[in-house]
Amino acid sequence: MSVVANNVITPPNGQHWLVRFCYSFLGGLLSVALWAIIGHMLFSRPGYEQFSGFLPGPAARALARLFLDSRFWLSAAASLSRVVVGLSVAFALGLPAGVLIGYYRRLSLTTDLSVQFLRMVSPLAWMPVALLIFKSFESAIDFLITMATIWPIILTTAAGVSRVNPQWINMARDQGARDRQVLTKIVVPACVPHILTSLRLALGVAWIVLVPAEFLGVSSGLGYLINDARDTMEYDRLMAVVIAIGILGFFLDGAVRLAMKRLKWYGDART
Amino acid sequence: MICATLSIDVVSPSPECRDLMKIRIEHLDKYFPLPAGRRLPVLEDINLEIQKGDFVMVLGQSGCGKSTLLNIIGGLIAPSSGTVQVDGQPISGPHRSITMHFQEPTLLPWLDVKDNIAFGCRIRGETDDLEYRVNEFIEMMGLSGFEKSHPAELSIGMACRVSLARALVARPEVFLLDEPFASLDTFTRSRLQEELINIWLSEGFTAVFVTHDIAEAVLLGNRIVLLGGQPCRVMDTIAIDLAYPRRLTDESFFQCKKNILESFKTSLERNAP
Repeated sequence: MSVVANNVITPPNGQHWLVRFCYSFLGGLLSVALWAIIGHMLFSRPGYEQFSGFLPGPAARALARLFLDSRFWLSAAASLSRVVVGLSVAFALGLPAGVLIGYYRRLSLTTDLSVQFLRMVSPLAWMPVALLIFKSFESAIDFLITMATIWPIILTTAAGVSRVNPQWINMARDQGARDRQVLTKIVVPACVPHILTSLRLALGVAWIVLVPAEFLGVSSGLGYLINDARDTMEYDRLMAVVIAIGILGFFLDGAVRLAMKRLKWYGDART
Repeated sequence: MICATLSIDVVSPSPECRDLMKIRIEHLDKYFPLPAGRRLPVLEDINLEIQKGDFVMVLGQSGCGKSTLLNIIGGLIAPSSGTVQVDGQPISGPHRSITMHFQEPTLLPWLDVKDNIAFGCRIRGETDDLEYRVNEFIEMMGLSGFEKSHPAELSIGMACRVSLARALVARPEVFLLDEPFASLDTFTRSRLQEELINIWLSEGFTAVFVTHDIAEAVLLGNRIVLLGGQPCRVMDTIAIDLAYPRRLTDESFFQCKKNILESFKTSLERNAP
């Protein structure tokens, strides 16, 4: 009797997806174990019993309840819409700025110092300013997300533009392209991979800034849910929201990665 | 003797004679600025007349300024002094009747083969019967079946075919080629050389082809312009009266190649400081 092994063809670079999945699953299991051990060490001491909600078991049950709760999904939608608004504004301003800065060397020299400086200011430092400028908390949060994400967008796009193959530009000029056409037909499409990279970076930053920004006076959103759970001392719910934030962020990032993968010419292009 | 060695004489031709000249280069100098106000002379006093329908090979060592000269004719680089005229009109930028083929295929990786070939026509707004013209060159360059492929999926030889098609679909009167086959293997190169000559014979454009390969120069050109020196000057122009198609194995081809090698050596000695 012969046992025929599962005849799966392994791609030359990397493991079969099932193997990768097993590794990921194992890693996740180890993380949860570590969480459980450290949690027990911390919260089994006398006087800390009320914090046992932070342990994996209660948190998992709370997560299941959370996913069945329509209020959670409304909060998630509110948070997502803030990220979308903040990112849209950042892209609307940052993409043209990045393209121009990458295209015109003088503009790059002029703006470099300011951009490098502003990039290093924590977006949350703008919180008091945001509250002074904007009447509604909603707009203030959008502003903070924009301030957090516009710099990586500008820098990544500009880097992409300045690295466009100069021979493509020569070719287009030789074919009769005007400045505008060089920009729209060569430079911008050539930058699409960089723009997607900047979207990925910006999304990560936005998702991180979102939660503290939602500690501002709003009464919806994932950041609000965390604050609310803390106030009502439902630590299992608090932990569940933290995990939910991670899960949602993971899927957002995955969506952008998928879009990057879909671009056939991304990475190895014969020029 | 098969190859006549001609000396270049710069005389002011009569107006009728001017009409025959497709490209006229007069007293062309080019230097590149260096730091501290110094400058690097690349081309010095280049004088050249190219007749309509010529296939001119610009032959010289690597890095001698051949590509710079080609870029100046194509209007991509401005000369430091002197003039380039095409059909009696001075060149001051890229020109509709001149198309350039670069050393690399320079295909746009986000467009498929068909869109790459149509790129120039779309840029210029020449969209009348674009489909028909593009298909004509897809067929001519042996690209049928690859219309929807992207550059990353093509071999380097196929990519070269696409970029030739993109240049030719513009129906250039002057076709400038900057070592287009340098990165190809011998077999692909000789096939493309043969095909290029056939297209030239049927389309009748004026070609200026830069190369450092003497065999390629003798195989393709009806005239060879020897460049050399530092800065680079025209050392000699040589007419090649061999019938097409030429074969690398022909006795006459071999003889001609030998003559040019000798003339190259004597020119180098004559022009030596």
